[in-house]
Amino acid sequence: HSLFFKLRVYLKPWLFFTIHPQLQQFIEIESQKQRFQQLVHQMTEVCWEKCMDKPGPKLDSRTEICFVNCVERFIDTSQFILNRLEQTQRSRGTFSESMSE
Amino acid sequence: MDGFGSDFSSGAGSGKMDTGTIIEQVKVQIAVANAQELLQRMTDKCFKKCICKPGSTLDNSEQKCIAMCMDRYMDAWNTVSCAYNSRLKRERARI
Repeated sequence: HSLFFKLRVYLKPWLFFTIHPQLQQFIEIESQKQRFQQLVHQMTEVCWEKCMDKPGPKLDSRTEICFVNCVERFIDTSQFILNRLEQTQRSRGTFSESMSE
Repeated sequence: MDGFGSDFSSGAGSGKMDTGTIIEQVKVQIAVANAQELLQRMTDKCFKKCICKPGSTLDNSEQKCIAMCMDRYMDAWNTVSCAYNSRLKRERARI
């Protein structure tokens, strides 16, 4: 993503000239934070479509529960896909083989 | 460190750049980027929800809708952020 790109493009020259363990750690922590932020952005957008009818004066509990469920199921879906892909690879050989069937 | 100052120096003379300053500037950029991302998605969603037939101006009801929509989008964002954070904590506790 562009932000990671900026982090690496801006800071890489500095790391090349002087080893800054502080910078290295900072990049790793901020990258992790950004992955989190990006997913929150993405899930908010997706779950808004699924959970929000007409924006009211407040977020009622039914809508709030929908958002929470949506996040959980989104992550479940992601894990399910990874697990099944792993299983398919193990039992059928390479990914490209199973994809061409 | 001199000579690399042109991109980073904010008029502070020689452009000497220390780690702390870089870190602070990058943090600001990250915060700005996140705010922009949030606003972009919020604008998209609230336009979709509130502007049915684009007229020659934004009428009162449309403005009220957008205002409410903004607040609800922030509520949604915070709810998602908390829910995701909880889930991550739960996952880490399992390992």
